[in-house]
Amino acid sequence: MGYSAIDSTQEHASLEQPPDSIELIIEGAGCASCVGKIEAALTSVTGVQQAEMNFAARTVTVSGQAESSALIQAIEQAGYNARVVQSNSEAELLDEKEHADLAYYKTLMWKMWIGLALGLPLMIYGLIGGDMTVTTTNERLAWLLVGALTFSVMFFAGKHFFVGAWQSFKNHSANMDTLIALGTGTAWVYSMAVIAVPDLIPDMARHVYFEATAMIIGLINLGLALEVKARGRTSEAIKRLIGLQPKTASVLRDDIELDIPIEQVLLHDIVRVRPGEKIPVDGVIQEGQTAIDESMLTGEPMPVVKNTGDEVTTGTLNKTGSILFKATRVGKDTALAQIIKMVKRAQNSKPPIGRLADVISAYFVPVVMITAVISALAWLNFGPEPALAFAIVSATTVLIIACPCALGLATPMSVMVGVGKAAEAGVLIRNGAALQTASKITAMVLDKTGTITEGAPKVTDIVVANGLTEESILQLAASMESSSEHPLALAIVESAVEKGLSLNRAENFNAIAGHGAEATIQSQRLLLGNEKLMHDRNIDISGYIETAQQLAREAKTPVYFAIDEQLAAVIAVADPIKHDSIDAIKRLQANGIRVVMLTGDNRLTAKAVAEKVGITEFFAEVLPEDKAKKVAELQQQGEIVGMTGDGINDAPALALANVGFAIGTGTDVAIESADITLMRGSLHGLADAVAVSKATLRNIKQNLFGAFIYNVAGVPFAAGVLYPFFGLLLSPVIAGAAMAFSSLTVVMNANRLRLFKAKDH
Amino acid sequence: MLLINISGVLLIALIVWWFWLYKPQEIEVTNNKMVIRIENGVYSPAHIKVKADKAAVLTFIRTDSSPCSATLLIPGLEMSQEIPLNKETVITLPPLAAGEYPFHCSMQMYRGVIKSE
Repeated sequence: MGYSAIDSTQEHASLEQPPDSIELIIEGAGCASCVGKIEAALTSVTGVQQAEMNFAARTVTVSGQAESSALIQAIEQAGYNARVVQSNSEAELLDEKEHADLAYYKTLMWKMWIGLALGLPLMIYGLIGGDMTVTTTNERLAWLLVGALTFSVMFFAGKHFFVGAWQSFKNHSANMDTLIALGTGTAWVYSMAVIAVPDLIPDMARHVYFEATAMIIGLINLGLALEVKARGRTSEAIKRLIGLQPKTASVLRDDIELDIPIEQVLLHDIVRVRPGEKIPVDGVIQEGQTAIDESMLTGEPMPVVKNTGDEVTTGTLNKTGSILFKATRVGKDTALAQIIKMVKRAQNSKPPIGRLADVISAYFVPVVMITAVISALAWLNFGPEPALAFAIVSATTVLIIACPCALGLATPMSVMVGVGKAAEAGVLIRNGAALQTASKITAMVLDKTGTITEGAPKVTDIVVANGLTEESILQLAASMESSSEHPLALAIVESAVEKGLSLNRAENFNAIAGHGAEATIQSQRLLLGNEKLMHDRNIDISGYIETAQQLAREAKTPVYFAIDEQLAAVIAVADPIKHDSIDAIKRLQANGIRVVMLTGDNRLTAKAVAEKVGITEFFAEVLPEDKAKKVAELQQQGEIVGMTGDGINDAPALALANVGFAIGTGTDVAIESADITLMRGSLHGLADAVAVSKATLRNIKQNLFGAFIYNVAGVPFAAGVLYPFFGLLLSPVIAGAAMAFSSLTVVMNANRLRLFKAKDH
Repeated sequence: MLLINISGVLLIALIVWWFWLYKPQEIEVTNNKMVIRIENGVYSPAHIKVKADKAAVLTFIRTDSSPCSATLLIPGLEMSQEIPLNKETVITLPPLAAGEYPFHCSMQMYRGVIKSE
């Protein structure tokens, strides 16, 4: 099989033969002498005419008629690795799709004009009282000419309906083409029969319907053209994601900086990114410090500070410093490529709500055909004169008004926009089923550590007792604790580093197990620990015991800090609640969702956190394996449960919940692990996910309702059920217009979802 | 009139038979490879047969501009694939358990079935 996409103009040949030239990326070629060896290895492959290597770019262009697998094998045998340059990047594919859609739109608009150019004058002639019946020979000749013109319209502007209908028919299937071809075809054949054999047709029924055929073809082409335009807008979110990846990258090879196409960046290449440039591939910073705007992927508006050793992600924007980083994921492996793949897959998946419409679509067209036959028979048997004309009009109108497309489009269009909208807010929805269930969640279980809280303890309070500044206290405490590995010590050191404080060297450091630590810095004797340690060393803390207890009640861990046997401060360490957790939880509760907190922590801490964020229902000291049991209990109470966790300890609970939400930190997402992945740590992502799912499902329901009602009301109306009561019978031209715009309405309604805005936060 | 009514009923019977009751012949995949064209509103061939528990490679070539045909869905395999215009799109089917796996475009206007046996 060939290894790249090939134009259809050479499709027969191309299926068997590879194209004339192919570009390969060579990995492991470190010296200029490799060039000769690689080129020789390639030219020895049968079918290769020439192989030319660009050593700087590590690419080789091979011309001839050889399979890519044979070329790669030859290079591997020569001791290197190679892969084919992906000629069709997402951006290129999107570009081609847009060009193809534009060309199709133009063709359809031309076809519309051809149809309307004949149909409109004929219709106006009929409307102003022109005679559309056939009685005299002259009239027969005139209408024969119009019939021939109508046939040209059918051929030039409607051929695709007839060919499609015929192909489907041969396959024992029927679709929209079948209905249009049958409807317009019936009107034309009947009109021609009126001209050709008027004697076989009753006087009153000698009416021609060429205007209907031409107008319907014109209008349906117009509807399709507008639909193509509207469809383009439904994929805006994916276009935006694809547009995030820059086209070139600055890569350092052999100390030379090269600007190369993104497809040619190799794993472990050193890439330079300057301020204002986008990150071209995923990697780890080797040199430099900067702030990176990740909002386009995570929805997090604040830029993230990155230092040596931190990861950078494709598509994010380097704001302040120049950095050098090592490429760790390139091409289709980058987080952005994975996100695009996931969003595309989810956009094409269908929620269960669409299944009924699918079942109906499968039987729809033949049912409409049968309805048309029954309608014609009813008119012929029971209708007034001219019964034959009424029968033909009603059958044609039934065929034309029925719109299987509106039904077929109702769900996929909304899912396409909804999933894309969610991705814009940093919410990755795995599939349509997750989207639907998320809209029905009645209880949300939140893990405390890392979900409601930051997951990283920090110094929250310093209550100074001896007149020093908070900064001096923190600097001294952090300096002495820099030798310790206790979690409290780590929190103190990290807080000092974050504040940019420089640490001094501690001497005589001594960890007092279970109590604290002591050390000397610049002749000052420092002691840090709990109440018991202070009592043991006879340090007076009596004025600060109440302060410490108050801090404990606020879910913080207080420690005393003494300098030269005098209490200097009470330092409190806690896992702080994320700044927006309270608001996000309020949003969920405002949506009628019962919010439940689970934690492995003690009851006092759990109670304090729960109270602070406004959660009344919480379970403390829950072991990781018991989290799933709590989810099951809620489900037994009839709740539809969403579970939110970090995806590691909570895996069983995430799997058991009706919808599992994995909270990503930054862009490090466990894409496959949950039903919905939140790209940023904020719980607002949860509220956004629920809001966008509800909006999408509401949109789908509107679409399905509209499509059902349109067909259920339209088809009987077209058949003439209102005629006996009100004398109303629908014109086939109006039916054609209604049908053309019914599917457009569905697409436009789905497009309304683009205006959906997650609450500002 | 009787003749017309009988013709109408026969026509309805014909529609039911042709579209619902008739079982079209499947085209068997040879050497585990097959090219399926998407043109003029249909998959060609639309009814294909693969050997159960054997992987197969299907190459789709779309020359039909209709936007519906741009996406191929195989719900039974949770597969969805974009099919660019005038390009080969290769889809590797995993070894399938015996059964029928319908495939269709996004609006189900184009339909086909993979039969595994």
